[in-house]
Amino acid sequence: MKKDWPLWEVFVRSKNGLEHRHFGSLHATDAVMALENARDVYTRRNEGVSIWVVESKYITASNPSENGELFEPAKSKVYRHPTFYKLPDELKHM
Amino acid sequence: MTENEIKNLEEIFEARIARDEKIEPKDWMPEKYRKSNIRQISQHAHSEVVGMLPEGNWITRAPSLRRKVALLAKVQDEAGHGLYLYSAAETLGISREEMYEQLHSGKAKYSSIFNYPAVTWADMGTIGWLVDGAAIINQVALCSTSFGPYARAMVRICKEESFHQRQGYEILLTLCRGTQEQKAMAQDALNRWWWPSLMMFGPIDAESPNTEQSMKWKLKRKTNDELRQQFIDQTVPQAEILGITIPDPDLKWNEEKKQYDFGEIDWDEFWQVVKGHGPCNKERMDARVSAWEEGNWVRDAAMAYAEKQHDKKLKDVG
Repeated sequence: MKKDWPLWEVFVRSKNGLEHRHFGSLHATDAVMALENARDVYTRRNEGVSIWVVESKYITASNPSENGELFEPAKSKVYRHPTFYKLPDELKHM
Repeated sequence: MTENEIKNLEEIFEARIARDEKIEPKDWMPEKYRKSNIRQISQHAHSEVVGMLPEGNWITRAPSLRRKVALLAKVQDEAGHGLYLYSAAETLGISREEMYEQLHSGKAKYSSIFNYPAVTWADMGTIGWLVDGAAIINQVALCSTSFGPYARAMVRICKEESFHQRQGYEILLTLCRGTQEQKAMAQDALNRWWWPSLMMFGPIDAESPNTEQSMKWKLKRKTNDELRQQFIDQTVPQAEILGITIPDPDLKWNEEKKQYDFGEIDWDEFWQVVKGHGPCNKERMDARVSAWEEGNWVRDAAMAYAEKQHDKKLKDVG
């Protein structure tokens, strides 16, 4: 019965007020061990105040080969940006 | 995929590299780029892991508590650096177990420097100063490597590594300002580690089989010879501050080139060690393999426990 330890992704909040950011991954048998290992591997120098771990297999990622269909339509929608709207110079702070 | 489609993808890939775009794990990449990255990143990871062995022996022998906590922290960092790097390599589709197997079977290499013995306390100082110093030069250049996960691991490693070199230099500084015997111990360590440290940058460019392609793909950002020269120019003044002599009679400042000229490296020795005939190759691999094998039951037990807990939870819910 030989079983490899599953892979986990580690997210760390570096300080309150900031979001959790992906820091890397590691192997662990369960969530408790993943948290403990994440603390040792990714926060040896006060890099964080909170850690999330999630087993890598639960992450669904978009495929870069479909980036065209996914992301290009947004490029033509310039009216979503404030600079699209022409306003007189006298108007300050808008 | 047809041949034309692959050619098209290769062109897009080369153009992205030329624009200095990073390549991420799920992006299309030539098979050879994937393999080169796996080779380079896993060997780098193996070097971190094997690199703990010469120092581990000195943790219990450190001359003071201050030195002991520093050395412990340094060795723990090296374990961490190995883990960052293994994770980066895993994003390319190789498993952790496969990489360990390659290390243990001798198929994958690690830095030859760790096949030299660390026989005195001055060696701990010299390893930090020269070996970590050389590693930092290599790694700073790799922070801008083209594969995203590798570059990110390098940035983190570089941030952590500068303490390693400083703690080593401080050990030597203390010895060099101590008794005659202590200074002689520092000199002896420099004599033994200087040439192997220069070999850490690998064969000269003309004889480095992977350099050209690695430079083209921006896997490597500087050549072996460039990095070696940078290391020498940076290290000579540091030896002067210590007041010990670099064991190279041909070492001298070249005013015209604004760099140091240096003597011939013994490449026969380098290849001997790479091929497994260095002073400690066998000892290092034996230590590594036995740690892995003797830890086997612990890994299995932890996995079995996790599965049991998981099943119990499901049953409780059901």
